[in-house]
Amino acid sequence: MSPRHVVVLGYGMAGARFADEVRRRDPGAERVTLTVLGAEPHHAYNRVLLSAVVAGSMRADAVRLHDEDWARRHGIDLRLDAEAVRIDRAERAVELADGSRVGYDALVLATGSRPWLPPVEGLTVDGELAEGAVTFRTLDDCERILTAARAGAPVAVLGGGLLGLEAARGLAGRGNLVTVVHPVGHVMERQLDPGAGRVLTRTLGEQGIDFRLGRSAAKYVAGDGLKLDDGSHVDADLVVVSAGVRAETGLAADAGLAVDRGIVVDDALRTSDGRIHALGDCAQHPGTVSGLVQPAWEQAEVLAGLLTGTDTAARYRGTSVVTRLKARGIDLAALGDTSAGTADAGTEVLCLDDPARGRYGKLVLRDDRIAGAILLGLPDAAATITQLYDRGVPAPSDRLALLLGRALPSGAPAAASPADLPASAVVCRCNSVSKGRLVDAWRAGASTVAELASATRASTGCGSCADAVCGIADWLASTA
Amino acid sequence: MTLTAEPTAIATETHCPYCALQCGMSLTSEAGGTPTVTPRRFPANGGGLCQKGWTSPALLGSPARLTSPLVRVDGELRPASWDTALDLVATRLREIRRVHGADAVAVFGGGGLTNEKSYLLGKFARVALGTSQIDYNGRFCMSSAAAAGIKAFGLDRGLPFPLTDLADADVVLLVGANPAETMPPFVQHLTGASSRGGLVVVDPRRTPTAEQANLHLTPAPGTDLALALGILHAVVADGHLNQSYVDRRTTGFGAVWRVVAGYWPEHVERITGVAAADQRRVAGMLARARNAYVLTARGAEQHATGVDTVSAWINLALALGLPGRQGSGYGCLTGQGNGQGGREHGQKADQLPGYRKIADPAAREHVAGVWGVPPESLPGPGRSAYELLDALGTGDGPRALLVFGSNVVVSAPRSAHVAERLSALDFLVTADLVLSETSALADVVLPVTQWAEEDGTMTNLEGRVLLRRKAVDPPESVRTDLQVLSALAQRLGQPAQRFPADAETVFTELRAASAGGPADYSGVSYDRLRAGEALYWPVPDDEHPGTPRMFLDAFAHPDGRARFVPVAHTGPAEPPDEEFPLQATTGRVLQHYQSGAQTRLVAELNDSVPEVYVEVHPDTARRAGLTDGGLASVVSRRGAVTARVRCVGSLRPDVVFLPFHFPGEQRANLLTNPALDPASRMPEFKVCAVRLSTQDGAR
Repeated sequence: MSPRHVVVLGYGMAGARFADEVRRRDPGAERVTLTVLGAEPHHAYNRVLLSAVVAGSMRADAVRLHDEDWARRHGIDLRLDAEAVRIDRAERAVELADGSRVGYDALVLATGSRPWLPPVEGLTVDGELAEGAVTFRTLDDCERILTAARAGAPVAVLGGGLLGLEAARGLAGRGNLVTVVHPVGHVMERQLDPGAGRVLTRTLGEQGIDFRLGRSAAKYVAGDGLKLDDGSHVDADLVVVSAGVRAETGLAADAGLAVDRGIVVDDALRTSDGRIHALGDCAQHPGTVSGLVQPAWEQAEVLAGLLTGTDTAARYRGTSVVTRLKARGIDLAALGDTSAGTADAGTEVLCLDDPARGRYGKLVLRDDRIAGAILLGLPDAAATITQLYDRGVPAPSDRLALLLGRALPSGAPAAASPADLPASAVVCRCNSVSKGRLVDAWRAGASTVAELASATRASTGCGSCADAVCGIADWLASTA
Repeated sequence: MTLTAEPTAIATETHCPYCALQCGMSLTSEAGGTPTVTPRRFPANGGGLCQKGWTSPALLGSPARLTSPLVRVDGELRPASWDTALDLVATRLREIRRVHGADAVAVFGGGGLTNEKSYLLGKFARVALGTSQIDYNGRFCMSSAAAAGIKAFGLDRGLPFPLTDLADADVVLLVGANPAETMPPFVQHLTGASSRGGLVVVDPRRTPTAEQANLHLTPAPGTDLALALGILHAVVADGHLNQSYVDRRTTGFGAVWRVVAGYWPEHVERITGVAAADQRRVAGMLARARNAYVLTARGAEQHATGVDTVSAWINLALALGLPGRQGSGYGCLTGQGNGQGGREHGQKADQLPGYRKIADPAAREHVAGVWGVPPESLPGPGRSAYELLDALGTGDGPRALLVFGSNVVVSAPRSAHVAERLSALDFLVTADLVLSETSALADVVLPVTQWAEEDGTMTNLEGRVLLRRKAVDPPESVRTDLQVLSALAQRLGQPAQRFPADAETVFTELRAASAGGPADYSGVSYDRLRAGEALYWPVPDDEHPGTPRMFLDAFAHPDGRARFVPVAHTGPAEPPDEEFPLQATTGRVLQHYQSGAQTRLVAELNDSVPEVYVEVHPDTARRAGLTDGGLASVVSRRGAVTARVRCVGSLRPDVVFLPFHFPGEQRANLLTNPALDPASRMPEFKVCAVRLSTQDGAR
């Protein structure tokens, strides 16, 4: 039986992951032959790490997902710089810009998304970004940003969402004077409530970032900066546009596939044509939001199971999203439904608002389980709560300890004095010696630490209780 | 004034019978009484002993000791003479071999056996029985670290440096290790790091070791591998990669980075539950330390992905430039008394003495030469421990089994199934000190000596060879394992001189058999050990001073470079689900050793911890209708255990813990998952899915 030919349109994070997952299940290419078509000239890279590249902590070549010989080693026909221009569903073929055609048994659309450009006068010239303006989406964008953003130069970031803030923090860390322009009254409004937004803005402000919230850019003048809708001005040698993305659906729509905000797929990641699938940013599944890598990776696993025939029951049911801001010196996690108010019936809400220390915590619980949370400046609480949320297990009843994590003032009393220790307290763990046994030995005549040790073996193991035994001997001597 | 001299008490310098630390102790025996123990200044224990060591002589004169061979007659084990017992064993083994072939007889050894016993047992299997079917309980211990160490460094020695080197480290990262309970005097070597703020412990539980840590990371069970990847990612992202070391001394970093690049700390936080900030903090601590160590133990190793997990931690150590540098390094904390030596001399399915591979023609020729047999007469590799137990009494599996130094009914995973397999055998023989749970099922039980009653060498967790001397006479009618093997071999037609019963004679042969192998003991002699020399293998000749620190100039691969091994996280073999929503992890308590067959018979130890318990978060207990101190039923797909509830507030609410030292219905291994690591064949002891209910199953 000859293997089926699967063609992947798009060699970004989703397409690359899908190819990896297929080869994990079918290393010898016995079930599936793979052709991967990438429109860009370079290998797939990890988009999540682009903010680290902008921040300067990672070199551009470190974010590549595959080595040069990845495709050869895995028997994959990888074609770079291969732009698809048409899907011929009747003939089951993809037509490329150079006029060649690639036939398929199954087609996987992993075309991703492209940045959305807000309507700002002067920002685009003939549909292209004007000089001094750049999007924040690709490795090439990063290089453009790093070339243009000389230390000390003013930079404007259009968009106060997750990526915009990561870019802003990275650039501020490199010594740029950064202003974030955001049309909503608080940053990251998709993930945060206004309170959390305020604390985050304040913390970022302390790191040198200015904010113009509730304001839109009206006009861009290269070499000068932005004019905002209230008439104010923002100096900028460089404008970084991070105002959201739109699914890349052109080829799918032209081919007559059902398209809404993205290419519509079901739980088997099928489009309206059963031989064509879609995953990642270009796909629209009711169970998830696009623009994040986690859903794309989970979808890649499901689809690889289906198309290799190794898991025909695999279905994608959506992804519960946890948003983490990757910005040095800031720890922010947001998950689930964070909009619930304290008055909502059947909902338990806890809040902590501590702007002076950059901390904000909000926990939303339903049926004893985490339904949503915002955790800013509470790193270990974020880790614990995320696990509870992902695993759907009941939350511990000590909600305050849960919300604060290690920030909770220790409830343990200061080290108890020998007098206060109960007789049953184990003093020497290596030899299971309790305070009571030491007291008995002392009463039987062992009056020094050495004598106590030889009578009870306390402190003769690892020796770490020697001070405690000494303390008990002193206390006994003082009470004699 | 009397003229009779006071009876002179003779003190013998020896080592503790339990864990791989092999604490130095002196045994003083006075006529008629139980010998007394005094701790001895020895570098590994610095004069310390834990409760197990202090009480170790209690078992020498214990009424539970076996003092006569036992033979099953009409379903009952009855005393018999040695000749009767040995004749019966030889006759039955011959018969089974004649009818079903040589591989129908299997041998199961232990990591507590001396080097001499491990060696002779392997030889007995390959030469006297001609079977390939031999393996040992070390497979359940550190086999994952051994396999990963060989991949990375070309050779496995648990600690490739003396333990006392740890004292000078700024940072020690302990992964899945609880030495404060498993080898308490070890903890003194950590005080340097902890006083400098650099003791980091990775463990899902807040163990006594974790309580002493400056930073305790609590990954979900089965996610340690991902944590290592996250920390390595942070090392690179924060500019701490030791590029010159990576260039000079290693290969393969590029491929590792392609994987690790996909495990940024926030992603790893979601898998493990360890805060991204803590991952970065550990990366920074390790990178800034003058000297640092990464040490793994069973928590990292006892998984179906154990080898990959250890490889991930070794990758981290290599990226920081730690291995092969004096004062820094990677090491595995071996557990059993002779866990190190026991894995070197041929009781492992795929091995010959000197840590040689049984499939290697040159190794076969060398060892066969020492043994005086044709190389082609040696069988090939056999089944690994769990696979061997699983095959017992099946169509093509062994029909007879000899067990030395192991209590598989308690210590193997899915133990109810293992007991079933044992009962399907035609013939089961054990050599034992006491009637362990496994011996109780045997057809013939042979009573053997214990540590203080015989000479033998042990190789401790540092790769240091130690002489454990005979201090007292064994009870009458008790023989050494070497005597048993020698007598059986002769009854199976072997010449007497091929199976000597004297430990030093066996060791002399072991030296020759190991010569030229990775674990070369040829320069180690009883005389040098008696003279107090500190000999760390390899010791390739009589003048060689031994090798306390390995890899300083080169690693053991042909090109001298260490290998980065690309590994990715896959998670536990049995994830929790609606039916079994919790994860159980198993481990040890200070008072007991391994299956507890010995320590449960020492009153002082057993009184401290007399029965199995289950640690549960108080909220989880309440939801299951359980109360602190009451009884719970812990149920997995493979079995159920009734255990006393201990509510522990520091535990993750989705995790429970049980110690595995207890027999019968209290066996934690009734629950565990025998999913095996593809390379080391290590079972997944450390995580399986369970549910809790009240004892009557009300919930």
